[in-house]
Amino acid sequence: MYFGLSEEQKSLEENISKFLSDNAPLDAIKAVADGEEVKADEIHKGIIELGLSGLMVPESYGGLELNMLFATVVSSALGAGTAPVPYAGAYVMAPIAITLAGDEDQKNEWLPKIAGGEKVIGVGLSEFVGAREDAGIEFNKGKVSGRSLFLIDGKNADAYLLANKSGELFLIDSSSKGITVTELVTVDKTRTSIELTLDKVDATLLPGSSDLSVIEKVLDAGRLMLSADTVGASQVMLDKAVAYSLERKQFGRLIGSFQAVKHMCAEMAAELEPCHSMIWHAAHSQDSSAEDARLMACQTKAHISEVGKQISKTSTEVHGGMGFTDELGLHYWFKRIGLNRQLLGSPELIREEAGKLQGFDQ
Amino acid sequence: MDLEYGPEYDDFRSEVINFIKENEGVKLSGPMRDESRVNWQQKLIDNGYFARSVPKEYGGYGGDMDIIKLRIIAEEFAKSPIPKAMGGQGIQMLVPTLLSLGTEEQKQQYIRPTLRGEMIWCQGYSEPNSGSDLASLQTKGELDGDEWVINGQKIWTSTAQLAQMCFILVRTEPDAPKHQGISYLLMPMDSEGIDRRPIKQMTGDSDFNELFLTDVRIPAENIVGSRGEGWQVANATLGHERGSLADPNVTQNRLNSLIDLMKTETIDGQRVIDKPIFRDRLLSIQGRLMAQQSNALRILSSQINEGQDATLAKFIVKLQGTELRHELEGLAIDAMGELGTLYEDSPHLRDHGAWQQTYMYYLGLIIGGGTNQIQKNIISERALGMPKEPKVQGA
Repeated sequence: MYFGLSEEQKSLEENISKFLSDNAPLDAIKAVADGEEVKADEIHKGIIELGLSGLMVPESYGGLELNMLFATVVSSALGAGTAPVPYAGAYVMAPIAITLAGDEDQKNEWLPKIAGGEKVIGVGLSEFVGAREDAGIEFNKGKVSGRSLFLIDGKNADAYLLANKSGELFLIDSSSKGITVTELVTVDKTRTSIELTLDKVDATLLPGSSDLSVIEKVLDAGRLMLSADTVGASQVMLDKAVAYSLERKQFGRLIGSFQAVKHMCAEMAAELEPCHSMIWHAAHSQDSSAEDARLMACQTKAHISEVGKQISKTSTEVHGGMGFTDELGLHYWFKRIGLNRQLLGSPELIREEAGKLQGFDQ
Repeated sequence: MDLEYGPEYDDFRSEVINFIKENEGVKLSGPMRDESRVNWQQKLIDNGYFARSVPKEYGGYGGDMDIIKLRIIAEEFAKSPIPKAMGGQGIQMLVPTLLSLGTEEQKQQYIRPTLRGEMIWCQGYSEPNSGSDLASLQTKGELDGDEWVINGQKIWTSTAQLAQMCFILVRTEPDAPKHQGISYLLMPMDSEGIDRRPIKQMTGDSDFNELFLTDVRIPAENIVGSRGEGWQVANATLGHERGSLADPNVTQNRLNSLIDLMKTETIDGQRVIDKPIFRDRLLSIQGRLMAQQSNALRILSSQINEGQDATLAKFIVKLQGTELRHELEGLAIDAMGELGTLYEDSPHLRDHGAWQQTYMYYLGLIIGGGTNQIQKNIISERALGMPKEPKVQGA
């Protein structure tokens, strides 16, 4: 029995962290947030060179065929570095969906290119989880019409993976006719978001996706990626709060020697530490197809979103006025955690789902 | 990541299951120290299901320290209504202390009867003016010939009305700094000069006592460790108590009962669990519990696998576990509404008043065993490396 990360997983995490601290320091994040797409592309290329795009692609299609635990390790490291790169949608949800439900042509066309970092697929499941603005798509005779909001990794993507209300998944080439892309500007400038308006656009169904278990697995995977991203970002916010409290003096003392500040930090640590274990456990449950894997994925996303919210608030407070400034840049982590919370279902929405999963309605 | 215990443990598990099956009919009813209880305790020891790693010569089973076997025993016993091994502060705190720091004579004399449940211990730590600041305790111990003479007052002493022995902290070196002036003594409770007064709690029960000690004389050799080392000796066992206060597996059982309760109780004919806000609160608690269960697996793993660090994971167990449990019991009361306030033997009472009783009892545990505010000091200082509060002159 061993509960934790392997040496290989730990060194992967270290490699990503080192790459990001060398190549995506706060100045670079600020540049990306101010619209320097070239900088974002450089960082994106770097993570492809680290092999991150092919992590979830089967070996037979040129990938590394690793598991969810590895993917959460990556996501956590990217969250810690507020990395301005595609990941959860393009390199986890999309390859999982195509591997599980694509036909041989679809797999051959997309999986090797995902693994090689040549193609990015944006993923839109928001309307399956809970449609806003009356959005949604319909599939009819090989064409898709309708709207989808808040695609993950959708900006400048080569293709889109969309779900209809019954959970079927469709692939659309982004160069097809009838697509209007509208950029959605969110608080989190380290990632992008788009809205698609589709008017009879050519689309192919992933044939296996008529089985609802496919979209459920894709959704579980996405939620765990967002949770891991929040855990990584929250850990940095806690570490920064403790470090700041050991530098800043008031009333002739380090503020970190005041119990009010110590207890804020202890509360953050007490909430966050179990979340690392929870992510590993939930990812392992997916990898081993455990009976309660879906419930764990739901509860992990819901719980970690709550913990992230608390930590992003408390850490900012420990920093006092500096925490509120753009200069310090703490807000990039705050906002990243804020977006993760809402994507693929806010805690209340997901807990509702977790109740149904356990048969509370009966 | 590997959550399997391995095939080598399958045989052991079936052995435990067989034992439980054979003894399914055992029911214990007499008071503590009753012969039937002592015999059952001894049977558990003889089979290696209790005191497993305590050496044979001190009354234990004399087995290896195999954490997974202990876990399997706990898992299987938890599934059955079969009587569990007796606990208490003697078994959980004193025995480990004597095993690591006691003299050979002390081990011979005390461990066996304590394990068998024949000798009950109470803990003499807190004083009216020394709660969170335990090291400021003032109960005096003076050596007079070959006897310690003890004078002072202790409080929050559990099971003192039943105990034959007390492990007690007393100040024996009044001129030394406060942490270096304390000794750890073993005091027979039938000594002259001990006055026990029960404290009635908010629950209506009396689990604790005050002890008034006036010229209590005990043999000089009844000391564990050296003079002035009592603080270190006591700290070696406080960890044992904190870990046992908030086991997430026990909380899981309570959560299951809460789900049943919310499916049964109705408001205007609608099940409480079908009311969205109640259901959301229930599911929030479940999410928090799942995080704590994962945390517990990490701690277990760190005990088996050398080099795996779980320091912070351990420090937070008492804080997180007691707070969650208190909230869980509180949700049950809210789910029952006015019915949740019923107590003692009132009509309409649910589950013998257990929810209300446990709700209040866990507030006691949030305070006891080192208050949760003290836990936050410990987490921030020992795990996060934050400084202690500046010392106040004279404290």
